Amino acid sequence: MQRLFLPLLILVAAMFAYAPLAIANAPFESTMLLVQKIFYFHVPSWFVMFSGAFLCAGASVVYLAKGSKNADHYAVTGAELAVVFGLMGLITGPLWARKAWGVWWEWDVKLTLALVVWLTFVAYLLLRRYGGPGSEKLAAGVGIFGAANIPFVYYSVNWWRTIHPKTTVVPTLGPGMRGTFWFCVLAFMLLMVLIIAARVRLERQRARVDELFLELED
Amino acid sequence: MNFVRVVWLVVRKDLLVELRSREILYTTVFFAVSCVLVFAFGFVREGQAMDDVGAGILWIAVAFSGTLALGRAFERERQSETLRALLLAPVDRPALYVAKLIGVLTLMTAVEIVVVPLVALLFQAPLFRHLPMLLGLLLAGTVGFTGVGTMFGAMLARARSRDVLLPVLLYPITIPVIIAGVRGTSALLQADPDPAIARAWLSLLLSFDVVFITLALWTFEPVMTD
Repeated sequence: MQRLFLPLLILVAAMFAYAPLAIANAPFESTMLLVQKIFYFHVPSWFVMFSGAFLCAGASVVYLAKGSKNADHYAVTGAELAVVFGLMGLITGPLWARKAWGVWWEWDVKLTLALVVWLTFVAYLLLRRYGGPGSEKLAAGVGIFGAANIPFVYYSVNWWRTIHPKTTVVPTLGPGMRGTFWFCVLAFMLLMVLIIAARVRLERQRARVDELFLELED
Repeated sequence: MNFVRVVWLVVRKDLLVELRSREILYTTVFFAVSCVLVFAFGFVREGQAMDDVGAGILWIAVAFSGTLALGRAFERERQSETLRALLLAPVDRPALYVAKLIGVLTLMTAVEIVVVPLVALLFQAPLFRHLPMLLGLLLAGTVGFTGVGTMFGAMLARARSRDVLLPVLLYPITIPVIIAGVRGTSALLQADPDPAIARAWLSLLLSFDVVFITLALWTFEPVMTD
């Protein structure tokens, strides 16, 4: 990964530099016009957020079952991705909703689910930050519980009427829009891979510094 | 020692300690009552309760006082390091979880015996019209809330800033319980009660209980091991 890091970084930077052009050139959506363009960054943010959440939950299971430190590094990375990209989604969503639905917030199933998952991972990071020694294991428990909670939140909120655009909107996009959309998704996913690599490396080195420090003290 | 016997011994110890001081019971019950009163001042206008608030207030009081009881139950174990002694005992860890869960559930039952009639009284809520269904919702909801709460309370017993971290961790995870509890109860309380809807929410609560207690039994051992 280390050898691939720099070329990948250049590629992602180029993709993000080109993304505004691609988005500007994509055709207008027939009913929502300009506001629909936020969709090219909004939806990929959620893709990254949920990937981060599942990375955190999966790594937490491995950490609790096997006790591998490496899994814990991936878990904290996943949680941080979920919080940062979730915040992007939570900011871009209401901006669009204000124009399209006329309200900033709606207690619709996808919005509520995203908010609850986001809150869970904020709580996860708070626990790691302020929980004191040994909070990695406790946080792993929270990661697993948070992921298990997703279907329950979905079903419980689903009983209220949903007005979020259906997920089936993606295959019905016009040809010009579809290309731009998947281009943005790819750019976000590659960015996610880069962040995971950098963050896990940082966490590993931090653990190594701690070990060296303890050895020196002995 | 077999599982059931360990559970029984720990539950008996907890209830005995509680019966001698009644500290958690009294403080939690009065906390729940003050909670209901504060909401009454917020939601009763010109002597008339707003529609549909009884169910919400009932569940908020249960959630808040439950958080308090959970925090206190593990604080007591921490004060003289008795939690460590419990964990050192050569018994199944999941048995300790089940015992703690039963202890907190008993306490919450006592709280609900006071709070449910109080809500009915103050908000003119016809709580006793579909009593078996209401008891089912209350029981399933309390089991779900305290099932997750006991796990987190035990986890946080040794963590720093545990007082504030318990609600921060517990509320996002138990949102389905609160939604299902409030919606199910208000389906029973509304002018034209709808037991079919309450039954659907009850089944959601039951599946929540099964999933999260199974998960807690599985994760309790690795999480509580240093």
